Amino acid sequence: MLTLKDYVRAESLTQAYELNQKKSNRILGGMLWLKMTHLPVQTGIDLSGLRLNTIEETPDEFLIGCMTPLRDLELHQELNRYTQGAVRESLRHIVGVQFRNLATVGGSTFGRFGFSDVLTMLMALDTDVELYSGGILSLAQFAAMAPDRDILIRIRIKKTPRKSVYLSHRNSQTDLPVLTCALSGCGSKFQAVIGARPGRAVRIPDEQRILSEGITSNTADRFAEYVSRQIVTGTNMRASADYRRHLAEVLTRRAVLTMGGERL
Amino acid sequence: MKYVNKPIRKMDAMALVTGKPVYLEDLPDAGYLIVKLLRSPHAHAMIESIDAWTALAVPGIEAVYTWEDVPEERFTMAGQTWPEPSPHDRLILDRHLRHVGDPVAIVAGTTEKAVDRALRNLRVNYQILPAILDFHEAKDNPVQIHPEETWESLVPVGADNRRNLCACEKLSEGDIDQVLAECDVVVSGTYHTKANQQAMMETFRTKCFLDPYGRLNIVSSTQIVFHVRRIVAHALGIHKSMIRVQKPRIGGGFGAKQTAVSEIYPAFVTWKTGKPSKIVFTREESQIASSPRHEMEISVRVGATKDGRIRGMDVYTLSNTGAYGEHGPTTVGLSGHKSIPLYGALDAFRFDYEVVYSNVMSAGAYRGYGATQGIFAVESAVNELAAKLDMDPVHLREMNMVREGQAMPAYYGEMNTSCALDRCIAKAKEMIGWEEKYPRRILENGKIRSVGVGMAMQGSGISGIDVGSASLKLEDDGCYTLAVGAADMGTGCDTILAQIAADCLECDLDRLTVLGADTDASPYDSGSYASSTTYITGKAVEKVCDSLRQKLLTEAAGVLSCPTAELCFQGQEILQVEGDAKISLADLAARSQCGCEASFQAVESHFSPVSPPPYMVGMAEIELDPETGAVELLDYVAVVDCGTAINPNLARVQAEGGIVQGIGMALFEDIQYNSHGRMLNNSLMQYKLPSRLDMGRLRVEFESSYEHSGPFGAKSIGEIVINTPAPALAHAIANATGLWFKELPITSEKIAMGLKQRK
Amino acid sequence: MKVGIYVNGKKIATDIAPDLLLIDFLRNHGCKSVKRGCETGNCGLCTVFLEDKPVLSCAVPAARADRCQVVTLEGLQEEAAEFGAFIADQGAEQCGFCNPGLLMNAIALFRENPDPAEDEIREYLAGNLCRCSGYEGQLRGMRTYLDFKKGGKTGHEVCE
Repeated sequence: MLTLKDYVRAESLTQAYELNQKKSNRILGGMLWLKMTHLPVQTGIDLSGLRLNTIEETPDEFLIGCMTPLRDLELHQELNRYTQGAVRESLRHIVGVQFRNLATVGGSTFGRFGFSDVLTMLMALDTDVELYSGGILSLAQFAAMAPDRDILIRIRIKKTPRKSVYLSHRNSQTDLPVLTCALSGCGSKFQAVIGARPGRAVRIPDEQRILSEGITSNTADRFAEYVSRQIVTGTNMRASADYRRHLAEVLTRRAVLTMGGERL
Repeated sequence: MKYVNKPIRKMDAMALVTGKPVYLEDLPDAGYLIVKLLRSPHAHAMIESIDAWTALAVPGIEAVYTWEDVPEERFTMAGQTWPEPSPHDRLILDRHLRHVGDPVAIVAGTTEKAVDRALRNLRVNYQILPAILDFHEAKDNPVQIHPEETWESLVPVGADNRRNLCACEKLSEGDIDQVLAECDVVVSGTYHTKANQQAMMETFRTKCFLDPYGRLNIVSSTQIVFHVRRIVAHALGIHKSMIRVQKPRIGGGFGAKQTAVSEIYPAFVTWKTGKPSKIVFTREESQIASSPRHEMEISVRVGATKDGRIRGMDVYTLSNTGAYGEHGPTTVGLSGHKSIPLYGALDAFRFDYEVVYSNVMSAGAYRGYGATQGIFAVESAVNELAAKLDMDPVHLREMNMVREGQAMPAYYGEMNTSCALDRCIAKAKEMIGWEEKYPRRILENGKIRSVGVGMAMQGSGISGIDVGSASLKLEDDGCYTLAVGAADMGTGCDTILAQIAADCLECDLDRLTVLGADTDASPYDSGSYASSTTYITGKAVEKVCDSLRQKLLTEAAGVLSCPTAELCFQGQEILQVEGDAKISLADLAARSQCGCEASFQAVESHFSPVSPPPYMVGMAEIELDPETGAVELLDYVAVVDCGTAINPNLARVQAEGGIVQGIGMALFEDIQYNSHGRMLNNSLMQYKLPSRLDMGRLRVEFESSYEHSGPFGAKSIGEIVINTPAPALAHAIANATGLWFKELPITSEKIAMGLKQRK
Repeated sequence: MKVGIYVNGKKIATDIAPDLLLIDFLRNHGCKSVKRGCETGNCGLCTVFLEDKPVLSCAVPAARADRCQVVTLEGLQEEAAEFGAFIADQGAEQCGFCNPGLLMNAIALFRENPDPAEDEIREYLAGNLCRCSGYEGQLRGMRTYLDFKKGGKTGHEVCE
């Protein structure tokens, strides 16, 4: 049960930031996760009056406002063209359309949740976050930080020419993922991102340049095995560490083969 | 027949699809006290002290009740015919707490926020006791879950609270050990099913108020109005005549509401304070402190000759009833009595069982009621037997399945009077393309397609026990009012009973008003469970129509001055067969209101000494990914023998709904406890019900036998429908992978890692 | 705090607690069709339109809906009766508790896409749970309704 003593629709980011410095205050995103906590909140800060719910495209970047609902991201034609449909694939299993009309990109990213499909996907791209106080930093850097009192204003995805694939495994179609896997390649540089380990997404670049030799069944196997050895997996309600490691290998291999043009 | 066996729309359908306010929480309740419960955080504990000072001081709090405020009379919450087989082992609030979630205190206040605050302000000191969380360790464990002197078992079910035993029984016919020793092939295995939640969309909720006569009125989302009246009377120590129980539209039950899960708390508050009160369980409470299926471990041995004659079956069930007895003694019997009889002409069988207490939430009634667990075990064993015999599992069943006309020694000694199981399996086989698809096919991309089969049975009412009644009144415009005590929980039984009545009375359906269950106004009915409504209450409806027709004929004979034998009842009028005399029903009814001493009302009750089983065959086709272990359900085919389907639409949807629940049980719905006895699947986020994306094509057909003891040849369908998916899917997975899974749910991890290990 | 929310076209101006959820606001103002089924946003029973988009009213603070248009099934009665009749003719409404949320979300789908394929229907409605019907009958009803709207073959069984 969420309790709020006060609700403020912020009129500026400055106001929102100042209010957010108080420990008992909270920025309200889609509120789906916040609602499940039992922490009493003094003031809920609503950013929905600040026009941060759009996706803008420039020649070089996609600029996604923090209040953009996941559903808008899912349906965004250009973003999906840029990622060969990977963005849509990363989002379509998340509970339901009504849920995704509320859950925000900012909320999903700021939370840095282990189970986050969104985080896994964004990490595979050239993604920066723009913070009110902290400025612009890479998503990878941001994800490694602990949550603080800053405000995430927007996500910036550089339109570096790349190929993308997203795969995941879950115990039932609308469940939280047991493992997430995003793969992107730019020229001969590839990187895999594995999330829901159950820990948060981590990036595994192809440092040994296995895939730069080209995508074949053999290089796919080798890279997949490499990735599965790099990650730390754990056991929770949904799956065991061993199974997650096994899935990391399977999904990475499939992602590589898909990127190489094979229809799986 | 104008209505029976026709797909008639439910009478409440349009109200439901347009969102009319017909459920309990939609009814006006301004000024009702909000009632909530403080629940034990410990699996096993004694309350040392409760300090309610601060809680009582919260503005708006009307009362805080603890174990010291409640009567000392133990009762059961189980909805069963009196005297209940369930032990009387509950108090409204107990000092001794027996599972995480067991109520510690009742708080009543004027607003939800006040009550929440008061709950947070209750200070309780617990003495933590060692908890029995593994039901294998329960029997004869020095830790006693019900050591109290006041524990009582009214019916000999083999209960012994000092041994943590809630029930036990041994039954056999023939020398099973000898027979199995003689068999060429014996399959043995131990199967484990978990405490699945019904998870109906509307959680438990009850409202109470005192009427102008000071009687306690209970309006509840319940399947068992008459049992609730008795349970609450007993718990409060007041006379049953002081209680009235009604039900509004219910948002699903599936047996969950065959236990009085929520009623006693607002009943106690209202009785003590004189003020109206209500309780609405959260989804979390409905997950952790409700009435789920009994966890069972079932050991099966099946033996056959090498040419496929199944000669013997040996079943032992260990059932976990949890903290309280409730439906413990009654569900376990079906695990053997409604599985073994699927196979006729056994030379021997044995069925032993034990039901134990443990420190997890008390189990209750969930569709299938023990048969589901037993059928998973027996059908899986038979499928494995077929593999060992190198026989087609459908053919093995065709050879050994029970047939119409056979005696069923394992089914309470009853005769099989109606059975189309052979036609069901033949049709299912054809629908899914069994011959072409059995056992499996490996696709080019490495995925595996396979099929699996499961047969099922259930009962129709409880033989010699369940009572259904109906009263029928002719209104002064020639219309009828039909009052039943059965509870429509969305299944449409109100409509089905009206269909039966309309055909018996030869009238249009819209001339019938059906009154729902109300202990003051309805004739007695055990309640909507045990698949009894169509078969038992439906027969009572048939009988009462006949009774009223007779009364009307007799009265008409007087009015028309001719012998009853010369008259014929023809729906809206009664006429002389040979002659001109006639009178309309409307005229006859109008006469009853002036200078008349005949009453145009009849009431009839019915019970049946037998419980003719419905039968069903389910076949599943899956596509399995051997690397991830993912199972995609491509097609599920089911053929049902429910006798005559009174309403084919509703029967079909019952089947489809049950199948999807069964799919959930087989593949997705897991129950996990942490080491402190806390149930982790405490929400719909953690307890995954099948969504629209988790099933493929579903096809249901009917092959009807005709059961003469049922209304228009009907048997039942309410429960059997959940019984085929678990064995059929386990079989399909075994055919795909060679791995015979014996514990549910069969997750993708179990499949993938099982295959990996085998490499 | 004061809010003015347009519910089914009518403005409701009133004082609310800051943490009042939209579902409770709506139910308190007579929209009893909006149902609560869980606490985690998984069941879809509470689906309403907020500025024309289907959302979970259990996760929206009423304050966020200030000056916004909210539509519940109470405001779509004609469409609900017409569409719902096809579900009713399958017997697939069953207990009915999931119906309002389902119809709201289905209507949202049909507005976005008047001719959805079966896969598209399942995916769009994945967040609407039903425990009674097994989903298949609801799909049959929707297919028949969509055919009817297209003006093609009805296959609509007219029942009493």
